[in-house]
Amino acid sequence: MNLDFSFMNWELIRAFVLKGFWFSITLTIVATAGGILLGTLLALMRLSGKKVLEVPAVIYVNGMRSIPLVMVILWFFLLVPFLIGRPIGAEISAYVTFIAFEAAYFSEIMRAGIQSIPRGQVHAGQAVGMTYGQNMRLVVLPQAFRNMLPVLLTQTIILFQDTSLVYAIGAYDMLKGFETAGKNYGRPIESYLVAAVAYFVICFALSWAVKRLHKRIAIIR
Amino acid sequence: MGSNWDWQMFLQDPGGEYPTYWQWMMSAWGWTVSVSVLALIVALVLGFVIGTLRTLPDSPVWARLGNAWVELFRNIPLLVQIFLWYHVVPALIPPLRGVPSFVLVVLALGFFTSARIAEQVRSGIQALPRGQRYAGMAMGFTTFQYYRYVLLPMAFRIIVPPLTSETMNIFKNSSVAFAVSVSELTMFAMQVQEETSRGIEVYLAVTALYIVSAFAINRIMAFIEKRLRIPGFALPGRAGGGH
Repeated sequence: MNLDFSFMNWELIRAFVLKGFWFSITLTIVATAGGILLGTLLALMRLSGKKVLEVPAVIYVNGMRSIPLVMVILWFFLLVPFLIGRPIGAEISAYVTFIAFEAAYFSEIMRAGIQSIPRGQVHAGQAVGMTYGQNMRLVVLPQAFRNMLPVLLTQTIILFQDTSLVYAIGAYDMLKGFETAGKNYGRPIESYLVAAVAYFVICFALSWAVKRLHKRIAIIR
Repeated sequence: MGSNWDWQMFLQDPGGEYPTYWQWMMSAWGWTVSVSVLALIVALVLGFVIGTLRTLPDSPVWARLGNAWVELFRNIPLLVQIFLWYHVVPALIPPLRGVPSFVLVVLALGFFTSARIAEQVRSGIQALPRGQRYAGMAMGFTTFQYYRYVLLPMAFRIIVPPLTSETMNIFKNSSVAFAVSVSELTMFAMQVQEETSRGIEVYLAVTALYIVSAFAINRIMAFIEKRLRIPGFALPGRAGGGH
């Protein structure tokens, strides 16, 4: 078996891989932002102490966390067109799915973050006359977010890796880009190897950066 | 949509190996369980060895190799790793040609998860009070002995909770085997959805089986955890994360 990587040039990357790369990146960013937003909401519902809010949030989060992501991707791909009455592309379906799915994981992180804030701070906020919303927005959430930043970013790296699972519905992500290139040039093996290296370099660099950030934050605290 | 249910489709004949869709689905569940359990065994064995190597005193080479292993298998998406095992490894290592994709998926999932278990094992061992290691040394134990009799039994018992979530992850991650046509639950769902256009019923049934599996693992592990709990030894909780 001779490996020949000479077909891998900038031309090919631009023709096949870049489009997928940008989709993977955009999906990661959109799902992180949307997931943290929705996840924070779920965490607040869960910690609200009101059964009407708490129970649906618990069911949602635990339900999502016990189903494989691939199944969730397939579900949304099947259901969303059914609900809105017209077909949607695999890409849009992926955005919806990842926001909904990641929200469950981000909500657990945010819940831990909110619980890491000493109760005394909440009481202090109440004592100076802050409403619940002000207290959350000005006192609790900014600190919860900062405390959990490394964990949130680690989750984002996992999320980036998981974007490759849109393979199940045929969306064009980075992996698909490499795969298509490999097929077109009759060099699938080299192509998968380069794909693995690309994912490794991106994820390794990101987790190294998160580790450094973690150290710096640890000193501040 | 409520009036359009057709659960009887599970009793129909898919016209293949199995007399009914129901039996096909049960067989698919069997594949999911087999892939997961075998991968878990691979992951536990490798994870414990590598996690231990990373904590050995005075052997930076082994520790570094262990770290490299963890970084390698943690920073490549599982699907890509499965493709590597399926397309690349047999091409580079001729004796592996003709190995069924079931075995390759078990290895892929096992190696992928071993990195995560190695991380748990390392932090489990490092969470033990340093005095335990020194006590072992003071007793005249060799390195192998104080790992075998002192550190590892303790570490194993305190990492049962994270191992629970890794076990549940393995079950969920086994769904990625669909990509190399192992006929497990997700593959079944995709195929039957296309064949019968009864996607909702099929997905509901498959999702229910995944939830039942997750619940069963959770109970089994809770039982193990209860039996193995070390009295009076509590570690600070960890924040969630991972899939």
